[in-house]
Amino acid sequence: MIALEKVRQRAESDAKTYGYYLHPDPEFLQNLLEGLKSNEDRHGYPACPCRLASGNLEIDRDIICPCDYRDPDVAEYGACYCGLYVKKDVAEGKSPVPVVPERRPVEKQIRSYTPTTQATAEKKTENAAVEKPLEIKKKLWYCRQCGYVVYREDQPYVCPICKAKREMFSEIALQTMAKG
Amino acid sequence: MLSYDLKSGEEKMKIEKVPGKNNKNKVFLYALSTCAWCKMTKQFLKDNQIEFEYVDVDKCTHEDLDKVKKNVLDLGGSLSYPVIIVNDKTLINGFRKDLLKEKLDI
Repeated sequence: MIALEKVRQRAESDAKTYGYYLHPDPEFLQNLLEGLKSNEDRHGYPACPCRLASGNLEIDRDIICPCDYRDPDVAEYGACYCGLYVKKDVAEGKSPVPVVPERRPVEKQIRSYTPTTQATAEKKTENAAVEKPLEIKKKLWYCRQCGYVVYREDQPYVCPICKAKREMFSEIALQTMAKG
Repeated sequence: MLSYDLKSGEEKMKIEKVPGKNNKNKVFLYALSTCAWCKMTKQFLKDNQIEFEYVDVDKCTHEDLDKVKKNVLDLGGSLSYPVIIVNDKTLINGFRKDLLKEKLDI
């Protein structure tokens, strides 16, 4: 069990680091933080409270808060999808809290609804043993601007180091050489 | 979350019912128990005395999730919560006060 205060401190610290603010309404913010806490308690990681998590880390990785979509959403709309992170003018009440459309691709959303993806170690049933687990193919990506390397299914939307756009990421193709 | 219907032999999702004075429309809500927008939607409906039923999708079984997905996509909606279905046909994605007021005539 993670303490709610810890969840709050983590969000505050992350907002500060990246120049964001937390949702201006204390009650709404409290609900978001409690949602994050519930998800961390049941899944072991703070999946987005406003999205359906599968309980399988490999499938939920992109929606672990702060999610992959936060930076482009705050940049484009002024808030992230759930509303935890907002821009300064939204935090100060100068702009209304926007309605943010879902940026997560549908193919990724529907994985949480597929029975095979639900089989976590604790939840395994007899059926799960014969079901073929969904395979997430991870690749190595590097930022051509700063050299940051990440091993994930897709390239980040924004480079966490130098803030380069997604287009600046290229896949690292690994070659195995056999000698002699 | 499942109850068992002996007559049909089909497993049914456990649906929560919230009573309200205004039952002119059949209002159904797919929500997430952790979602702040879903909580706001439930509160908005209660504040307006709207009778509604809801399911917290994150507490559903695998079999139910498949039904939820099919139901939402069949009605032309997307899988972002809350999903509000009015009279089995009109679907609203997200907490849209303006649309809710219009569709529920409040």
